[in-house]
Amino acid sequence: MSPNLTALAYLAASVLFILALRGLSSPAAARRGNLMGIGGMAIAIATTVVNPDIVSYGWIAAALAIGGVIGTVVARRIEMTAMPQLIAGFHSLVGMAAVLVASAALNHPSTYGIVDAAGLIRFPSRIEMSLGVIVGAITFSGSIVAFAKLQGLMSGDPVMLPGRHVINIVLALAIVVLMVMFVGNPDPNLFWVFTALAFVIGVLLIIPIGGADMPVVISMLNSYSGWAAAGIGFTLENSALIVTGALVGSSGAILSYVMVKAMNRSFLSVILGGFGGDAGPAAKGKNDRPVKSGSAEDAAFVLKNAASVIIVPGYGMAVAQAQHALAETADKLKEMGIRVRYAIHPVAGRMPGHMNVLLAEADVPYEDVVELEEINADFADTDAVIVIGANDVTNPAAKKDPKSPIFGMPILEVERAKTVLFIKRSLAPGYAGIDNDLFYAENTMMLFADAKKMMQDIAKEL
Amino acid sequence: MEVDPLIWELSIFVLAVFVGYYVIWSVTPALHTPLMAITNAVSSVIIVGALIAAGPEEFSAAKVLGFVAMTLAAVNIFGGFVVTQRMLAMFRSRKR
Repeated sequence: MSPNLTALAYLAASVLFILALRGLSSPAAARRGNLMGIGGMAIAIATTVVNPDIVSYGWIAAALAIGGVIGTVVARRIEMTAMPQLIAGFHSLVGMAAVLVASAALNHPSTYGIVDAAGLIRFPSRIEMSLGVIVGAITFSGSIVAFAKLQGLMSGDPVMLPGRHVINIVLALAIVVLMVMFVGNPDPNLFWVFTALAFVIGVLLIIPIGGADMPVVISMLNSYSGWAAAGIGFTLENSALIVTGALVGSSGAILSYVMVKAMNRSFLSVILGGFGGDAGPAAKGKNDRPVKSGSAEDAAFVLKNAASVIIVPGYGMAVAQAQHALAETADKLKEMGIRVRYAIHPVAGRMPGHMNVLLAEADVPYEDVVELEEINADFADTDAVIVIGANDVTNPAAKKDPKSPIFGMPILEVERAKTVLFIKRSLAPGYAGIDNDLFYAENTMMLFADAKKMMQDIAKEL
Repeated sequence: MEVDPLIWELSIFVLAVFVGYYVIWSVTPALHTPLMAITNAVSSVIIVGALIAAGPEEFSAAKVLGFVAMTLAAVNIFGGFVVTQRMLAMFRSRKR
């Protein structure tokens, strides 16, 4: 293939990748989009392999076969609740691949055609590969920590090292200084040292961030993996890689922004860490306030007499594996002619859009699943709301109490419904560690039980 | 004086960031998880860099690094597209 033809093929791959992402504007178009993504990838790989310099077909086939089998098996077996871990794991692989490719380019620059007249690595390539390797290393080690926290291999509580800001700043400065030195004089030892430091800072950046902020962390790492790929794309002078890196980088950045806004946090406060561990601290006093509690039978009675019901699911629902029992109850209500919808807060799961996937898995039609902005006005005309496995995202303190740590966070305004059925094991607070006034409201009925058991009991009573 | 290829690459990059910005805002929030899975798969197009390292006849450390990078990227490519397909297949409409 002539260089022009090769460049055109990479352009075609880039266009297919853009269309693949564009397809996600609706579930129907998304399936076609995924096929376009696969097509783009096939074109990119085939275009590279037909290059006459690339002859080790055995090696390539072996790597594709090993990676392909592992990837396919994992992707087919993974539980939908474990999707955040899987994505974190995938991010780490992109980061590591970027580090390895940059290392290969350092080791054998002539293969990549990035040698200058003096036999050294070209000046711009030194900058590009350094940036690619640093971001790649941070993506790798940061994603490994995120994976370990999500998988429960390490506690989701923030790990607050003493003087960590000073350590991070010193490390960051050291990386920058070493990188500048490497750009001036491409000594591989400098490259290895700042790469090692980047691995360390990746760990240090993610350990202080608590479990509650994981949706932001995953999105940020998604963005980093894109920027790392783009950095390598510059080294390779490959337009498909530059375009894809830019797309993925901005995608992750937008998702991070959506998550940060949905929690009313700032990027800075998330990055500084320390917020929200595995479980909030024990409720602070004042738990002698009266609550109205009910049984599955009471709940079924309320639901049967409702004309419209909105279900507010949270991550606790997925932990309790209650989504199937919940969908069964919803189906029974629908058969009775009751309008049932699901209200989704952007941070309802452990990653952006996680709750939608969990509900889709339980065969809930996607038209019944409504985002926060669209459904908030409807709570006032709703007879019954079921809150299941969610807490902070319904807390009216976010609107009323300027002293509350979650003040200003957009919430689902469930308190405006006629009756709120709140399924919860106890009155313990959520991630934010604060009491929820909703528990004590006149129109709230607390259903103290395991979410799955309670949904099964309600379904039986209907 | 000719324009350095780096400037063309930078132009492509900046424009692609803008394309990404507008394309991603048009993605429905319901599909943000599949979005992340598919971005993972496509960013593994970094495999082209690994192919270049592992491709030459001559044996070198770079070839081994390229082989490992190819394998990792392949896990991501296959895993990312398969899991995206799996998730999207679950999103069903009410009218079946």
